[in-house]
Amino acid sequence: MSKKQMVSFKLNDKEVDMVVEPRELLIHTLREKLQHTGPHIGCETSHCGACTVDMNGMSVKSCTVLTVQCQDADVKTIEGFAQGGELHAIQEGFMQEHGLQCGFCTPGMITRTYRLLQENPNPTEEEIRYWMAGNLCRCTGYQNIVKAVQYAAKKLRGEPVQTSHPLMEEAKA
Amino acid sequence: MIPRPFEYHAPRSLPDALALLSQFGDEAKLLAGGHSLLPMMKLRFAEPAHLIDLGHIAELKGIRQEGTEIRIGAMTTENELIWSKLLQEKVPLLVEGARLISDPQVRYKGTLGGDISHGDPGNDHPAIMLALDASFVLAGPGGERVVPADGYFLGTYYTALEPGEIMTEIRIPVPAAGTGWNYAKLKRKTGDFATAAAAVSLRLKGGTVADVRIALTNVGPTALKAREAEDYLRGKAPDEAAIAEAARLAMSICEPVTDLRGDTEYKTAMAGEMTRRALGVACSRAAR
Ligand SMILES: Cc1cc2nc3c(=O)[nH]c(=O)nc-3n(C[C@H](O)[C@H](O)[C@H](O)COP(=O)(O)OP(=O)(O)OC[C@H]3O[C@@H](n4cnc5c(N)ncnc54)[C@H](O)[C@@H]3O)c2cc1C
Ligand code: FES
Ligand code: FES
Repeated sequence: MSKKQMVSFKLNDKEVDMVVEPRELLIHTLREKLQHTGPHIGCETSHCGACTVDMNGMSVKSCTVLTVQCQDADVKTIEGFAQGGELHAIQEGFMQEHGLQCGFCTPGMITRTYRLLQENPNPTEEEIRYWMAGNLCRCTGYQNIVKAVQYAAKKLRGEPVQTSHPLMEEAKA
Repeated sequence: MIPRPFEYHAPRSLPDALALLSQFGDEAKLLAGGHSLLPMMKLRFAEPAHLIDLGHIAELKGIRQEGTEIRIGAMTTENELIWSKLLQEKVPLLVEGARLISDPQVRYKGTLGGDISHGDPGNDHPAIMLALDASFVLAGPGGERVVPADGYFLGTYYTALEPGEIMTEIRIPVPAAGTGWNYAKLKRKTGDFATAAAAVSLRLKGGTVADVRIALTNVGPTALKAREAEDYLRGKAPDEAAIAEAARLAMSICEPVTDLRGDTEYKTAMAGEMTRRALGVACSRAAR
């Protein structure tokens, strides 16, 4: 054991103060101490992106960030997306476009999509594939993830959205 | 996967970081983006007792032109390189190379200084630095020294950085207008290190090669400068036969280790192929 350290940061707009060993990884602090179990551990080796969170305007793999590196940071996880029971546009996109199957990669995918669309509100399919390449999905084959990002991008730009799976629309009606 | 216990230090200035480094000596490691070091610490291949985080030192960031040089703070991230208008315009080889490194999340954290300092032959920036004729500013207890990239990479995890020193800046002479460039990287998938890669920077004059630099990634203990291939090409018309001979000369210095990416023979052949492609693309981009 080494000396513990106090770390203060913002998590989904709320201040948190944590006392951690310097060697503690952000993903472990989030999941085990702060009960934010949305970010998942897929590989724990910086490859899969399931642990992606937003930190100071960057998408980062929280299995490869120390919690002590988060002093004064602004951290956003999937838990910070839906507001007042309403899905965020990106969550809606993933639902409407079937951007998930088992859902294991989804919190990382959505969090990464958020930062991508902040930087580029109208990405081409090629740009989506290039800038989402740090998130692996073993289920969907990525086609519907691309569509989900396009749907969310449209909605966030204030344009009318339409699902490419019309059966869902009918079921809702 | 949890690293061995260590003490964490977050200095706010370069002098503070240097002081901590001399206080803890070889017990300490510098932490930049952490995307080579933290994975090694999680696997316990690295077990520093003290970690000195360079992430809060503002003076180690930024990209600017000073006279005929581009100067880049060591803590500048890959995505910052990619998004830099100045680099896109003046040093496109660096942008092209950074775009081929790992994935977006790694590129938000991984730094130019860390990639150069790590000393893994799979890192892409060392070869790019050799092709750009870059030099590195190293700050130590006794002041600063500037060391050329050519000669800096001494072996696997072994560079000319002395204990107690920190790389603060990367300096790149602005390539002359009309310079052609390419970084050709063969990788199995996104986020993979190179099976083999070649960085080329070259100038043509009157249809012949006026100047050329060629460097190879991941086919030796460190990035390799393909000197014989360079010497051979200088003064020649870069036709198919000359480029093929240069690629053959580049292959002759390769000594890659067999691993999951392929055996020695395959990787050597791919280094030749990447050299051939990079020379071809660089010629097509160069002013005649
Ligand atoms: C999944 C994955 C894929 C990757 N793919 C690639 C790839 O294709 N190509 C590639 O090039 N890299 C790749 N990397 C490595 C990545 O680019 C690292 O970020 C980079 O190698 C190290 O930079 P860093 O800033 O993260 O340094 P750190 O990991 O923090 O440090 C690396 C080493 O350099 C030392 N160091 C750091 N900064 C300085 C400094 N200023 N002065 C002196 N010493 C310093 C540290 O003490 C440490 O020993 C990959 C990494 C991952 C996780
Ligand atoms: S768990 Fe962090 S990248 Fe896979
Ligand atoms: S939905 Fe199963 S891994 Fe992506």
